[in-house]
Amino acid sequence: MSSIPHDHATGHAVGHVVDHAVDRGHAHDEHAHHPGGIMRWITTTNHKDIGTLYLWFSFIMFLVGGCLALTIRTELFEPGLQIVDPEFFNSLTTLHGLVMIFLAIMPAAVGFANWQVPLMIGAPDMAFARMNNWSFWLLPFAATLLFTSFFVPGGAAAGGWTLYAPLSVQAGMGMDLTIFAIHIMGASSIMGSINIITTILNLRAPGMTMMKMPLFVWTWLITAYLLIAVMPVLAGAVTMLLTDRHFNTSFFNAAGGGDPVMFQHIFWFFGHPEVYIMIFPAFGIVSTIIPAFSRKPLFGYASMVYATSSIAILSFLVWAHHMFTVGMPAAGQLFFMYMTMLIAVPTGVKVFNWVATMWRGSMTFETPMLFAIGFIFLFTMGGFTGLVLAITPVDIALQDTYYVVAHFHYVLVAGSLFAFFGGIYYWLPKWCGRMYNETMGKWHFWLSMIFFNVTFFPMHFLGLAGMPRRVPDYATQFADWNLVASIGAFGFGLSQLLLLYNVVTCIRSGPPAPAKPWEGADTLEWTLPSPAPYHTFETPPVVQ
Amino acid sequence: MSALRSCANCAGRWRRVTRGSAEITAEPIFLRIVDVFGESMDCTKAAQRAGQAVRLVAKRAAPAAIVTSALMSGAAHAAREYNLQPPVTTIGEQIVDLHVYIMWISVVIFVGVFAVMFYSIFAHRKSKGHQAAQFHENTTVEVVWTIIPFLILVGMALPATRTILEMKDTTVPDLTIKVTGYQWKWGYDYIDQGFGFVSNLKTPYTQIYNQEPKGEHYLLEVDQPMVVPAGKRIRVLITAGDVIHSWWVPAFGVKQDAIPGFVRDAWFRVDKPGIYRGQCAELCGKEHGFMPVVVEVVSADQYAAWADAQKKKSTAAADDPAKVWDAKDLIARGEAVYTANCAACHQATGKGVSPAFPPLDGSKIATGPVAAHLDTVLNGVVKNGQATAMLPFKNTLSPTEIAAVVTYERNAWGNHVGDAVQPSQVVAAKQ
Repeated sequence: MSSIPHDHATGHAVGHVVDHAVDRGHAHDEHAHHPGGIMRWITTTNHKDIGTLYLWFSFIMFLVGGCLALTIRTELFEPGLQIVDPEFFNSLTTLHGLVMIFLAIMPAAVGFANWQVPLMIGAPDMAFARMNNWSFWLLPFAATLLFTSFFVPGGAAAGGWTLYAPLSVQAGMGMDLTIFAIHIMGASSIMGSINIITTILNLRAPGMTMMKMPLFVWTWLITAYLLIAVMPVLAGAVTMLLTDRHFNTSFFNAAGGGDPVMFQHIFWFFGHPEVYIMIFPAFGIVSTIIPAFSRKPLFGYASMVYATSSIAILSFLVWAHHMFTVGMPAAGQLFFMYMTMLIAVPTGVKVFNWVATMWRGSMTFETPMLFAIGFIFLFTMGGFTGLVLAITPVDIALQDTYYVVAHFHYVLVAGSLFAFFGGIYYWLPKWCGRMYNETMGKWHFWLSMIFFNVTFFPMHFLGLAGMPRRVPDYATQFADWNLVASIGAFGFGLSQLLLLYNVVTCIRSGPPAPAKPWEGADTLEWTLPSPAPYHTFETPPVVQ
Repeated sequence: MSALRSCANCAGRWRRVTRGSAEITAEPIFLRIVDVFGESMDCTKAAQRAGQAVRLVAKRAAPAAIVTSALMSGAAHAAREYNLQPPVTTIGEQIVDLHVYIMWISVVIFVGVFAVMFYSIFAHRKSKGHQAAQFHENTTVEVVWTIIPFLILVGMALPATRTILEMKDTTVPDLTIKVTGYQWKWGYDYIDQGFGFVSNLKTPYTQIYNQEPKGEHYLLEVDQPMVVPAGKRIRVLITAGDVIHSWWVPAFGVKQDAIPGFVRDAWFRVDKPGIYRGQCAELCGKEHGFMPVVVEVVSADQYAAWADAQKKKSTAAADDPAKVWDAKDLIARGEAVYTANCAACHQATGKGVSPAFPPLDGSKIATGPVAAHLDTVLNGVVKNGQATAMLPFKNTLSPTEIAAVVTYERNAWGNHVGDAVQPSQVVAAKQ
């Protein structure tokens, strides 16, 4: 994940050789243009450096969010209150959600976009290089605000990541810090999206028409549009919350003519497209990995593009399926149920296309491929539980139970996160010019796969049997499955240290990687030497 | 997934058989496996054998002992559950049927798709010398796998639509009860009969903090359940007094958010008398996990008798606000009121939880003029036009209860104001 060639201690020689090979004219003066040490990272406008920053930042946040989750699972290990009090428990669930969504998954996706979009479309860099720097460097400040809230009077926000009013109006100043953190993260996302859209639309290599772009570029293009559409909606919702809290407005207060449910409508108008914001980049990564290791072109490229677009459009029409229990009229429940079920069609198309890509291929099963297959398998399971939850009467039984917790962890952890793991192993040789340890990668996959299911599969049972989510304590009939889930959670958490160790040893001392370590890979980045030189495609390649 | 499901089904059959057996208090996880391999095995014996196995393992390996002992203690009180609770309303039955129906369709599709994928993984691998084909589209196939799922979805949507319409039809009730969610208890008002009460968690803190063994209905028991007649259409009007809660009884198939400032409704009809338990389902703050819903369904006669008694009780219990009380009696009564209504935030010790829930012990209000103290309890605390966690109690507590709790707070812990606030003062302050 680090761009080695500019680290003089380790990758110098390798970097120079490839620099010369690629672009003699610029091999030397690039060193003159940027500072070294910490200032390199603070002032960088290079898409590769910024991609690296995003990825390391999100990985650290992933570990922090994971520690919050493990504290939750420790409290839930057995019935009764043992290690945290209920208010702090609520802060843990709230912050776990916010950190994982806004500071781990989303920045990781932007990190992949930064590294890969220019490389895959043959662009020299992102369109707005300075804005790119700013979009990243806003994030550590947002994270600082969010974590500071643990230490202010009243503690961190404790109303769930959904921040429902009026509970969030009641909260202490930790909520204000959370609101500002969301504003900053939103600004970062919007800037990142504008940058990605502009890059994709304007900086493609000659000959690369829209329908020749790698699918990862397509899914990110659609993701970026979704981000621009909905991040301002979230910013609006939390700003209304802020004015309700401090300036006597009554947006969400019935006594002043407002409506608490309006917050939920606005929030989920952001929140549902947000779900696809988190999964589309993962779809793109999987659609890149599966053909590469099947040694066969992606099946149904055009239908993949259309399926992704239709999911994006439908995602704006299903928000109230998160609110089936608020007491909508029957017509509302029916409309949102039908629309939600409809999303299963394009999602199914994607799964069928992946399987058809594998069909009659010539497959090998290196770590990226394992994670991609694990993704398809478990994401589909999460898709089916999503279908179960789309059925309004069944949702009314399962809304706000552990079934929902199981469902969204299947699509977010085994979905987005597994795809990102696959993407890291897949591109790491290109990023740092060295190979990771394949055996350790496989261990990471299998341990993650097993412990993920040990953690989250029992949660389906808990939810069906009637255990509500966001409770620090539970009735004794839920004890066994909670115990199993807690054991699984620790296994899953510890397994992630394997990834950290593998990546660090790869960067420091992995064996040199060839320009194209994967036989079936055919996108533009593999025409470059490994590691990718600091500046690439200064002369655009021509795509046939 | 399918394997797990069918395994769960076997275990389900087994559980129904053994549910009544008092001997089986522990149901370790290994039992499910025992069950799958030998369903005919005598269940009690199976439980004992598995129990022995567990204990044997527990003796040999310390880490395993921790796990198993936790398992045993966890399962000691109630059977492990893994599926929707047995429904007792027609809506509840339809929900279970819908779930089973959707689940099986999903399982069939899942197995079909992944059978193809795993066959491909097995057969089309490079290590077996398989050469990659180069096809990358097929319009017919793509159209087919778009249309068929669509038709399957239509088949799922139809029965669901019927249930939704039935669910939402709350007309012609036999009895209407208003349910109000408060932080953190439920209020039930029998608006036709003119009485009401508040239902609090009954599980003692000593059980929650593991100072004594957990009871049979740990966290799912209340001091006063909602009582309804069997075989009657009950309409519940649901609202909240502070934040959003959600009134949920799984066996009824009813879950309706309680929204402050708005009234929503739901209905149910239960034919089988019994006690049905649920919980608040919407995060509502600190004690969200500690506000159960308990509904007792009784025969029409029993209900009539109960309602009559409630009416009499509420008239009798309505303390005469003109009565002049002794300070000692007020303090005794006040302590009970405090424990039920105030201790969750301000703590039994009166120390509060800084800074959201300020201490009463030594506080300016609890040791200052009576008027300000009464005003706080009656009208709550409003900051910047917004209600705070300190809510008004003027509508939920009687003048006598307020007089008692205020007197208690002024004379408990380190507070020694020494005065006795009379109900008549509360009535005057309410004007």
